[in-house]
Amino acid sequence: MKHILEKLEAKRQEARLGGGAVRIEAQHARGKLTARERIDVLLDQGSFEEYDMFVEHRSTDFGMAEQKFAGDGVVTGSGTINGRLVFVFSQDFTVFGGSLSETHAQKICKVMDMAMKVGAPVIGLNDSGGARIQEGVAALGGYADVFQKNVLASGVVPQISMIMGPCAGGAVYSPAMTDFIFMVRDTSYMFVTGPDVVKTVTNEIVTQEELGGASTHTTKSSVADKAFDNDVEALVQLRRFFDFLPLNNREKPPVRPSFDNALRIEKSLDNIIPSNPNKPYDMHEVIEKIVDEGDFFELQPKHAGNILIGLARIDGETVGIVANQPMVLAGCLDIDSSKKAARFVRFCDCFNIPIITLVDVPGFLPGTAQEYGGIIKHGAKLLFAYGEATVPKITVITRKAYGGAYDVMASKHLRGDLNYAWPTAEIAVMGAKGAVEILYRKDKDDPAKIAEHTKNYEDLFANPFVAAQRGFIDEVIMPHSTRKRIAMGLKKLANKQLENPWKKHDNIPL
Amino acid sequence: MFKKILIANRGEIACRVIKTARRMGIKTVAVYSEADRDALHVEMADEAVFIGAPAAAESYLVAEKILKAAKDTGAEAIHPGYGFLSERAGFVKAVQEAGLAFIGPDPKAIDAMGDKITSKKLAAEAGVSTVPGHMGIIKDADEAAKISAGIGFPVMLKASAGGGGKGMRIAYSETEAREGFISAQNEARSSFGDDRVFIEKFVEEPRHIEIQVLGDKHGNVIYLGERECSIQRRHQKVVEEAPSPFLDEATRKAMGEQAVALSKAVDYCSAGTVEFIVDKNRNFYFLEMNTRLQVEHPVTEEITGIDLVEQMIRVANGEKLKLTQADVKLKGWAIETRVYAEDPLRGFLPSIGRLTRYLPPKEGDHVRVDTGVYEGAEISMFYDPMIAKLVTMAPTRDQAIAHQRRALDEYYIRGIAHNIPFLASLMAHPRFQSGNMTTGFIAEEYPDGFTGGAITDEVREAMVVTALFMNAVEKSRDTQVGGQIAMPMGPQEINWVVSIDGDDVAANILPMADHAEVLLGAKRIPVRSDWVPGEPIFRGTIGEVDYAMEIDRLPLGYRLTTDGVSRDLRVLTERAAALHALMPEKPEPDTSKFLLCPMPGLVVAVNVEAGDEVKAGQALATVEAMKMENILRAAKDATVKSVKAKAGDSLAVDAVIIEFE
Repeated sequence: MKHILEKLEAKRQEARLGGGAVRIEAQHARGKLTARERIDVLLDQGSFEEYDMFVEHRSTDFGMAEQKFAGDGVVTGSGTINGRLVFVFSQDFTVFGGSLSETHAQKICKVMDMAMKVGAPVIGLNDSGGARIQEGVAALGGYADVFQKNVLASGVVPQISMIMGPCAGGAVYSPAMTDFIFMVRDTSYMFVTGPDVVKTVTNEIVTQEELGGASTHTTKSSVADKAFDNDVEALVQLRRFFDFLPLNNREKPPVRPSFDNALRIEKSLDNIIPSNPNKPYDMHEVIEKIVDEGDFFELQPKHAGNILIGLARIDGETVGIVANQPMVLAGCLDIDSSKKAARFVRFCDCFNIPIITLVDVPGFLPGTAQEYGGIIKHGAKLLFAYGEATVPKITVITRKAYGGAYDVMASKHLRGDLNYAWPTAEIAVMGAKGAVEILYRKDKDDPAKIAEHTKNYEDLFANPFVAAQRGFIDEVIMPHSTRKRIAMGLKKLANKQLENPWKKHDNIPL
Repeated sequence: MFKKILIANRGEIACRVIKTARRMGIKTVAVYSEADRDALHVEMADEAVFIGAPAAAESYLVAEKILKAAKDTGAEAIHPGYGFLSERAGFVKAVQEAGLAFIGPDPKAIDAMGDKITSKKLAAEAGVSTVPGHMGIIKDADEAAKISAGIGFPVMLKASAGGGGKGMRIAYSETEAREGFISAQNEARSSFGDDRVFIEKFVEEPRHIEIQVLGDKHGNVIYLGERECSIQRRHQKVVEEAPSPFLDEATRKAMGEQAVALSKAVDYCSAGTVEFIVDKNRNFYFLEMNTRLQVEHPVTEEITGIDLVEQMIRVANGEKLKLTQADVKLKGWAIETRVYAEDPLRGFLPSIGRLTRYLPPKEGDHVRVDTGVYEGAEISMFYDPMIAKLVTMAPTRDQAIAHQRRALDEYYIRGIAHNIPFLASLMAHPRFQSGNMTTGFIAEEYPDGFTGGAITDEVREAMVVTALFMNAVEKSRDTQVGGQIAMPMGPQEINWVVSIDGDDVAANILPMADHAEVLLGAKRIPVRSDWVPGEPIFRGTIGEVDYAMEIDRLPLGYRLTTDGVSRDLRVLTERAAALHALMPEKPEPDTSKFLLCPMPGLVVAVNVEAGDEVKAGQALATVEAMKMENILRAAKDATVKSVKAKAGDSLAVDAVIIEFE
């Protein structure tokens, strides 16, 4: 029997070599790790169980019958990250350039099915030249099968895509439908059509990196949520990210012991709001001082910087943070920031992650660019997302909450559970200057009168108490006690029950 | 005794005075500008009065506003601190005419000593030895060059009303004398509103040693030993200590007695300081007398046990000194380092902004921190960028240095750049430790500026051990996340690799009952620490040595800072480390095509236009920050492609001023 067992081991050894030593070396020369090396870094040591190691393609055209590699260009299986179950597929660029065949797609679909059945996240490590041209329509069918799985899994289990090489053409749409896309700088790119086609069709000359590199997608397009310097950093950080996430939509996010006192007082928040209302401050500092150990996993840090989103923990429990950033465009809402935050709010709501919203918003960004771009519908996305979210929602207004933007930012009216305001909060239809220019148009040439009206308006509205009188604010709190209030609030809201009316699904203004 | 005094100052010195006043049962009144609304001295004082716009010329330097604040609050006396109005005889007269007491010397003494030219004449008359120089007023740059040549180079050009290094230039040639005269004059005008400049012989390889004197209104003057302030950077004191490791008892006595003679000659009746230059043969020359409380007074307080602020208040109230010269006993050693908001790695350029994290070392028997800030406070562009004075005291100099090193390691400041790494490097410097220093110390030992302290093998190993220890604490916490199906391996079951300075060090860690053991090759190093994730400072014992290391998180490890040295360490499993070795190095982006604004500041002038050929070293632009004009020079020969900024622009750090071809 022993020689039979040895035969298995020999077959496995062969499969593990993927496209062979020469191609592995070429992969390394590109600054990339192989599919299996990546899994080694991503998963707990020794936890990976591979499935479908011996699957081969069934294509015979173009001499493919002679070219077969065990596994067919993708490594799939399950394992653990810090002991928690995860399903993984990792495309193997050393085998047919990681190209997707019918069987390759079937392997991916299989782990996705299992993940959905048992309620565990799926991580895809993408490194593929695209559809396997030799297979033609069979490969296209494979893509569509994966897309359909992505759609069904969306909102059931977290899906994360790590782009670690090329991802072009139809291939981009699977990551596009997952919850998060991460990229590796200089070695990954994503585009629907490559530079050659672009040149033929539009005469634009553009490099791969400019068209679809990590910096393009993390700054301009917002397709990617974050970029990392190299494969190892990306995978180690992905482990860190994974620890924040619940395994599925029926579970609460995991609790990890915290060494940070939940009732910690943070005196320095008492003077973070500058005395000059036109002076910005860094909302990152507020976030880092509120959350456990200052540990904030920011998403899309380089896109739409006027709003900050990301995951953190409070007393060991995962929370989603959404915060206006006064340092960028005064923290206003615009098309990009509304879209960025809306999708994140919906992710948190899918997966039972409480949402902490920090508000300092002077309103929506005015201008033709915004109106022509459809700010009405894009702004509505965030409004919609907050309005439909049923997870615990705690809101802290630190300074400005003006106009419609006040309503949008998880206000009491959108079923905010606990709405706090710092004493520095100003909740009003607009800033005093703008309001006075409208209310007292006749006095516009009399600076003394305007100044007086402005002061009156400020005295009346530049505080949180008018809103508090109406119950729009549950409590005006000292900035230094913000962490304590949120931590206690989360405990009070832990058993929150709230359901939206039955519907097939809503019709968010996409 | 006074019931209430007003402190006409801000920052650490205002806080310092308030502390003593409070101990004496005297109520305090603070004054503050727009920029200081939330300042510590305002919070500490019993009352605070707003006195105007941030610029000192519109608030802290306006005598009428200070006097009105004193009247309105019923303060009976005014303590001026240092700087601002402290040495303005006109202000003192106004205070006295308003019927208030001035906690400082008489205007006569200030007038006599405040002007460096007059003071030298007086010193010479009182039998105090002085440095050769030209005492008269100099008309223009040409005359400055002529006089300088007469004295013999090198010469020093100094603002007559100056202090603290502002408006001071050294010239080694007539050209430099001309240039130096103009820039000293400009700086003197903008800093002090008085553009007189004088010239004296520049004594090379000098030590700066000063005598603290204390007088009363009854003709008594004593000296409280010396302070050595030779560690200076561009004439700004950085480290001060008492006593001086250089003086013998005879020289101390001779200097002290001359200082007292000079003080008596001007009826000095408060705390004051007589500064000397001391050469290698312990010949000393009078430099100037500071008719105020010095920044570095705490080191004298710590070795004499005398509270100088208390003495100033008492003598201002007319009390006789209770101390005689025989009562003054120097005990132990005290060292002060000045913690500044300036970036030692970028040519000490000032840094402004919010102190997002501020954790000073704990005060106690060996550590004193005089500061005017707290976490969340703002270092503004309007005032001196000093954050704090860190004073350590111990029976011996070596011990005082050891306490400094530990305290600096534990001094955690984020949000702005600061000079702690440089101070730590100074404290670790063998030449400083030997006591063999001159005012040229920093220029000689750091000729290319500060590029980070030198790392010893011992510290490097301690960093490796610390990184591995913290990683193990974090990883074992990670294994406690909820919802597991399998228990992941603990950190003790994994082979680790720690990378530092390009070296990969294989290591393991074993938990023991009350500590951990780190295995590095054949070495087994015990670590004891109660560090937990999120704490910004690691405190622990590695082997037999106590360490404090500041921590900043990196994607694959930590940046650790101790002993003035920062290192980025990567901690990976053996497998991940082997794979990381395959990752390409990412080159730094090339910024040599640009002249970047090195600090936030105001563009005073741009000297070139597009198309100009510039030579390495040529002045390209001038940026003013913190009242200092910084000339930005070309790093290499180049052609200007475009100019992105103009005079009057306010620029952020790293803003592009000029683009080169």
